[in-house]
Amino acid sequence: MLAADQYLMVGVVLFGIGVIGFLTRRNVIVLLMCIELMINGAGLAFVSFCRQTGSLDGQVFVLFAMVIAAVEIAVALSIVLLVFRNRATLDVDEMEVLKW
Amino acid sequence: MVEATGLFSKLWLVPALPLAGALFNCLLGRQVSNFVVSIVACGSIGLAAVLSLLLFNSFLKLPVEQRHIELCMYNWIPSGDFSAPIDLLLDPLSMVMITMVSGVSFLIHVYSVGYMSRDESFARYFFYLNLFVFFMLLLVLAGNFLVLYIGWEGVGTCSYLLISFLYHKQSAARAGLKAFVVTRFGDFFFTLGIMLVFVQFKSIYFGEVLPRAHEVLTPVMATWIALLIFGGAVGKSAQVPLHTWLPDAMEAPTPVSALIHAATMVTAGVYLVARCYPIFQLSPTAMSTVAVIGLLTAVISATIALVNNDIKRILAYSTVSQLGHMFIGLGVGAPAAAIFHLLTHAFAKALLFLGAGAVIHALHEEMDIRRMGALKGHIPATFWTFLVGALAMAGIPGLAGFFSKDAILEASFTNGGVLLWLIMVVTAGLTAFYCFRLFFNAFLGEKRWDPHVEEVHHPAPVMTIPLMLLAVLAAVGGYMGVPHALGGADRISSFLAPVFPPAHHTDGGGDSSRLGIMLMTVSSMVAMLGIILAYYFYVSPEGREAPGRLRQTLSGVYDFLSNGWYFDKIYQVVFVDRFMGAANFFWQAVDTSVLDMTVRGLAGLVLGGGEIVPRLQTGLVRWYALFMVAGAVVIMGYLYIF
Repeated sequence: MLAADQYLMVGVVLFGIGVIGFLTRRNVIVLLMCIELMINGAGLAFVSFCRQTGSLDGQVFVLFAMVIAAVEIAVALSIVLLVFRNRATLDVDEMEVLKW
Repeated sequence: MVEATGLFSKLWLVPALPLAGALFNCLLGRQVSNFVVSIVACGSIGLAAVLSLLLFNSFLKLPVEQRHIELCMYNWIPSGDFSAPIDLLLDPLSMVMITMVSGVSFLIHVYSVGYMSRDESFARYFFYLNLFVFFMLLLVLAGNFLVLYIGWEGVGTCSYLLISFLYHKQSAARAGLKAFVVTRFGDFFFTLGIMLVFVQFKSIYFGEVLPRAHEVLTPVMATWIALLIFGGAVGKSAQVPLHTWLPDAMEAPTPVSALIHAATMVTAGVYLVARCYPIFQLSPTAMSTVAVIGLLTAVISATIALVNNDIKRILAYSTVSQLGHMFIGLGVGAPAAAIFHLLTHAFAKALLFLGAGAVIHALHEEMDIRRMGALKGHIPATFWTFLVGALAMAGIPGLAGFFSKDAILEASFTNGGVLLWLIMVVTAGLTAFYCFRLFFNAFLGEKRWDPHVEEVHHPAPVMTIPLMLLAVLAAVGGYMGVPHALGGADRISSFLAPVFPPAHHTDGGGDSSRLGIMLMTVSSMVAMLGIILAYYFYVSPEGREAPGRLRQTLSGVYDFLSNGWYFDKIYQVVFVDRFMGAANFFWQAVDTSVLDMTVRGLAGLVLGGGEIVPRLQTGLVRWYALFMVAGAVVIMGYLYIF
């Protein structure tokens, strides 16, 4: 069925935008948003495969992924807040103290 | 086998007391005064000696068939059908040995207090000496081969430590090393022998192995085991061809030479062969090997002693020669006579060494008999006791050495043949000659002292009293074995009889007693002849020129003998130089070039890599993400292609 392939394409595009955004942008908030894009791209792939095979497993996965993404973003944003308070910047390239 | 009861259950104290003394002197010896050190050292050995005598007394009251007492301390290595407990065995053989060892050790400890009084390593000396006595007592009391082996290696270690006691002296350090390496070479065979015993018997207990030896062993196997064990004895007891370490071991302080290299440790080989006698008896080959090695040793070292000029080395060669006599005794089937000779020799030779120590001490560390003389009036106590020792050594009738040597001579005549006997009688003559050559040169004649010796050091009473006691023992020690031929009871033989199966027992019938008296007369006359010759050469005015002339006439023989039959030189070329060459090759070519370079190269590689690789950890999150993406791409590409 054509529709499933198209859903899948949308998922791939979402994931690709997320990856490229993650590699090219420097603002932490934007990076977190890119991660969200990647998660949702993968989720969309799950759901479209579900439609093809008729099982519900993928949908359950997606529900879990959404919950975890919400939790993760809550933690991540609070860390970002603390980092911003300490260093007055959101540029990831400035956050490079953990190195050799 | 009898369980240890009463006094015998305290048997373990005999080796434990010296060990306690050793531990005290090791741990606290430097904190306390020399007086405390000597009290602890001598006291612990003295108590062990008293306990040995008490044990001997109770032992004699036991019926003969009960004179085999085992005392198991604890099971050290239980493993499958192998078990190696620390167990002690008290039978007539170990009984006489512990009595002799603890008694002689005690006297030598007391003497050492005087001899070493000005040494700064006083506590270290007594630590080693006590430890030695512990291992020696463990050796002779061992109830199985493994415990014996512990004692065996322990005395070897202590011998090494004491030979190298003056470790800052190059020659002493080398002599210790030589003694250790040479005896270890013999011990290697002994180790194999013990393993073979276990393979054959599935046991290492003397009480299980020896009585079953004639059932279990084939003649070939008995020969193998006996020869391997004898290999250990050859090393420890300094027999040809492994005798070269003992003369060098004279670098040790003189009381050490008296204790370890005359009275006790070097006789451990004789003890070992006597202990394993039931195995040796099964193999005529092994018995004749023992006798032949003993004979070679006796002759070779007696001839070397004739020309040596170092007071201690003469005595060392004499010790080697006498040990050879003991092995002849074992080889011709007279183990009781060999043990008897071991005891009397221990008294006489310890006395001679301690006397030599007093002489060396008197003349300010002079050891060359050419620079002695006329000491008779200066140190009379040493003179008289040394005379007793020399007479006992020479085998003059009535003194200890006479009875024991003639017991061996008689057994050699009956079991070994006239030729063997003849060679031994000649050797006995040589023994008398070199003993008195030493004696006359040191004590009589004119003063030939080194000019810097202005005043003689007089030995303290703490040195002369042990000398006197040993002189008494050397004089009367022989009366425990007066032969039947002279109307005695030969008590030492009958006491030791339960240990040695009576296969070769010679009984004192009418005919053999006349023969015995004849043999004794001949050997005593030969000994007298040796003494008279020594007197003519070194004391009487007429014979003064004779040694020099003889030396010129026989200069080839003289060089041969004074170089010790070139044993050391040959070993140097054949073994030591080769080994040093190989060691140098492995050190410089293999170790430094190949092994070290490999290891250093690897280390450099790791260090260099460690400089480069960490730079990948930039701390930049997006950089890491790029790696992840690149990795994912590579994996997906791989999956796509294959």
